[in-house]
Amino acid sequence: MTKPTEKLELFEVFVRSKRGLDHKHVGSLHAEDHEQALEYARDCYTRRSEGVSLWVVKSSDICASQEDDADCFYDPNDDKPYRHATYYVLPEPVNNM
Amino acid sequence: MSDAIKAATLEYATRLGDDSVVLGHRISEWVSYGPFLEEDIAYGNVALDYIGRARMFYTYAAELANDGRTEDDFAYMRSDREYRNLLLMEMPKGDFAYSQVRQLFADVYYTLVLPELLQSKDETLSAIAAKGIKETKYHLRRSRDWVLRLGDGTEESHKRTQKAVDALWGYTHEMFDMDETEQMLADAGIAVDVSKLRTAWHKMVSDILTEATLTVPEDGWAVRGGRTGYHTENLGHMLTEMQIVHRSHPGCQW
Repeated sequence: MTKPTEKLELFEVFVRSKRGLDHKHVGSLHAEDHEQALEYARDCYTRRSEGVSLWVVKSSDICASQEDDADCFYDPNDDKPYRHATYYVLPEPVNNM
Repeated sequence: MSDAIKAATLEYATRLGDDSVVLGHRISEWVSYGPFLEEDIAYGNVALDYIGRARMFYTYAAELANDGRTEDDFAYMRSDREYRNLLLMEMPKGDFAYSQVRQLFADVYYTLVLPELLQSKDETLSAIAAKGIKETKYHLRRSRDWVLRLGDGTEESHKRTQKAVDALWGYTHEMFDMDETEQMLADAGIAVDVSKLRTAWHKMVSDILTEATLTVPEDGWAVRGGRTGYHTENLGHMLTEMQIVHRSHPGCQW
């Protein structure tokens, strides 16, 4: 007998914890479709006031970078500090950058 | 508040508390038996909503009784003959289709009852209804979804869901009965006149069942008795399990 979850899709869950903040990846879950995934996300990830907004995305729709690509993706940036915005002094009200 | 109204409100709050605690306990029987983890957690949350609602009704009942009893005494120290819940709520959990059909019948009922209770002149009952309305909106979304999936699913799921609809239909008539106590409270603007809600309930449920490719049963047999303490054989067994810890260790604190 196949387990029920083997027939279900895997979804990634993103929660916005309060207005003004980005949605953050919090985990994944199984569901039949987007609608059901959203309901389960509500039950599994937001029951203790963790969020004001939810996104669910099919895991299979996420195109992820590969470990093998790390060299060409990230290393070339390390010696170019002028690309970083850390030299700018941010005004007080911008506290979530 | 006159003595007669007070006594009737105590009875009414107890009835509504009994409906909630019994259904909440039945749903909780699915915890760790859900078809998969996500559903297990989700349905367990619904059980918690109902048990929370029962606590609010019982706390109010205890306040009206003012005889030293607490919410726990209402839940754990009364026998099945003293319970006043609707029979639908006490039916065993059955298979998953059976539980979801019962849930749909209950959720549609509360979708209609709670907005009426919100209008109650009794502020406590109205406040409990306000909280329940939000919960019920979500509960109905879930049970409607499941009945559609199961009814319009596989041959097996369709068969089981139709069987559940047919088995439970006769227990739904009692939900719309009024007796002297509730009529007096309804006249006083405190209780909901549930007899006026059957048409709307029938319409909402029929639309969902039809969409789920299920057949709406003819009204035929009907079982009644929950509000007068005449229960099915199922409630006694359920209460035994629900009450044993409290009764084995009277007054225990932890």
